[in-house]
Amino acid sequence: MNLQAVRSIYLFEMARTFRTILQSIISPVISTSLYFVVFGAAIGSRIDQVEGVSYGAFIVPGLIMLSVLMQSVSNASFGIYFPKFTGTIYELLSAPASFLEVTAGYVLAAATKSLMIGTIILATAFLFVDLTIQHPVWMVMFLVLTCISFSLFGFIIGIWAKNFEQLQLVPLLVITPLVFLGGSFYSISMLPPVWQTITMFNPVVYLVSGFRWAFFGVADVSLGLSLAAITGFTALCLVVIWAIFRTGWRLRD
Amino acid sequence: MAPIVSVKDLTKTYTGGVSALKSVSLDIEEGEILALLGPNGAGKTTLISTICGMTMPSSGRITVGGHDTVRDYRKARDLIGLVPQEIWLEPFEKVHATVAFSRGLFGKRRDDAHIERVLRQLSLWDKRDAKVIELSGGMKRRVLIAKALSHEPRVLFLDEPTAGVDVELRKEMWETVRELKSRGVTIILTTHYIEEAEAMADRIGVIAHGQILLVEDKTALMQRLGAKRMEIELQERVTEIPQGLAAYDLALGDEGRRLVYTYDTQAERTGIGRLMNDLQSAGLAVRDVHTTQSSLEDIFVDMVKEDAA
Repeated sequence: MNLQAVRSIYLFEMARTFRTILQSIISPVISTSLYFVVFGAAIGSRIDQVEGVSYGAFIVPGLIMLSVLMQSVSNASFGIYFPKFTGTIYELLSAPASFLEVTAGYVLAAATKSLMIGTIILATAFLFVDLTIQHPVWMVMFLVLTCISFSLFGFIIGIWAKNFEQLQLVPLLVITPLVFLGGSFYSISMLPPVWQTITMFNPVVYLVSGFRWAFFGVADVSLGLSLAAITGFTALCLVVIWAIFRTGWRLRD
Repeated sequence: MAPIVSVKDLTKTYTGGVSALKSVSLDIEEGEILALLGPNGAGKTTLISTICGMTMPSSGRITVGGHDTVRDYRKARDLIGLVPQEIWLEPFEKVHATVAFSRGLFGKRRDDAHIERVLRQLSLWDKRDAKVIELSGGMKRRVLIAKALSHEPRVLFLDEPTAGVDVELRKEMWETVRELKSRGVTIILTTHYIEEAEAMADRIGVIAHGQILLVEDKTALMQRLGAKRMEIELQERVTEIPQGLAAYDLALGDEGRRLVYTYDTQAERTGIGRLMNDLQSAGLAVRDVHTTQSSLEDIFVDMVKEDAA
């Protein structure tokens, strides 16, 4: 096991993050604050409560998920796409490191950055709304798992992308709608029955639901189902990445 | 002694169907400098990429230090340093950081003293905190070499190390390569500058159309294939080669003021003495004579042409 390689990639990527720390952190904080102002204060004041939780507080888990998913996918996809773009990937391919080690380095770095941002958003939320977290351990676990699984997904996107456009396209066209339609800002039970059924095919529903349960003890789907969904998604991503390295798809001819 | 790199019946056909290597076999001895010489598209880079793990072999077997590059890739790649042909560097990274990163990637413990040694040797120490983007082309190339040397490889692959590099820098690069050799590093370089192969290599391999045409000791190769030309300047112009000299297959040059005789230095008789006598008999007065050895370039061009024919 070449742990030194994992460490080197991780630290190298984290150094890149810290070089651009201001834009990495300020922009999610600002956009989250705006969400709170618009949805929490302006509109939220006209909505009483959702499932016994004030609307301002209700959207906190969804907002964190929105940023964490977007950040994970874009961090990890950029992390592996950039070496492809500059050509430095030659070094990763000729190093005595396995697919697991290379992936771990990039994905853990991307997940760390998302986790940092998620935490900052949570801290910002405390400034705007009254929050008590009922199951803090589960909350952290859901957050960490989400960061890792969507960083894995981003890593796949980064390998798949042939240009910067494709790199931007997936977060924009796939992740954003899934998150917005995944119950980030509403309870699934508020939808008409047909849409409730359709929504069940959206994997983000399970994440947001489990995450919200950790905060308030209320959920759209059962905790077990949420856990199974996120574990399954992580496993699926790992299998895809394993297959990519095995066949060398878009990496080695 | 077992070769440090051994390539057996290596074939590489790309997914698109392009056959880049056709049953290539090659042994590289520890401590030597081998120059792989060939025109563009000959398969030089594919050969190197396959040994280093960037492309997968279609068939055949490669070992480095006795380790199979596919089955036992960790041990094999531990021994290899690769300097790619293109300037593949992240523009915003600092020199020291990117070189230290390479060392870590190869699983080696952090060793600042070693990195300093490498950077000093390549005259990059003063630039250690500069970003790659601020460096000149020659310096970038040296950063690539520093990255490859960061993990103390026993075999160094240099893919066209002096392509697009000015004369002075090229000489510097050669000096660096010789120094590495003196410390026991085996070096494989590809080039299409014959001058480079001639100046640096212990052995020369000629590769064209995905096949190794020959691998030979440099001096032996030059001797074996070394034809010599003798140019004979005449006192007076001739319009045609006199009948008596027909057997020598002479060429006429400089509007009849020069005769060119090509002969084989390895032959038992070069025929020079006889030619001189016959010139006199034909009534031609010789003004000056000089000979030139054919360069590796001539040999190489002939060989690739023959192969294509």
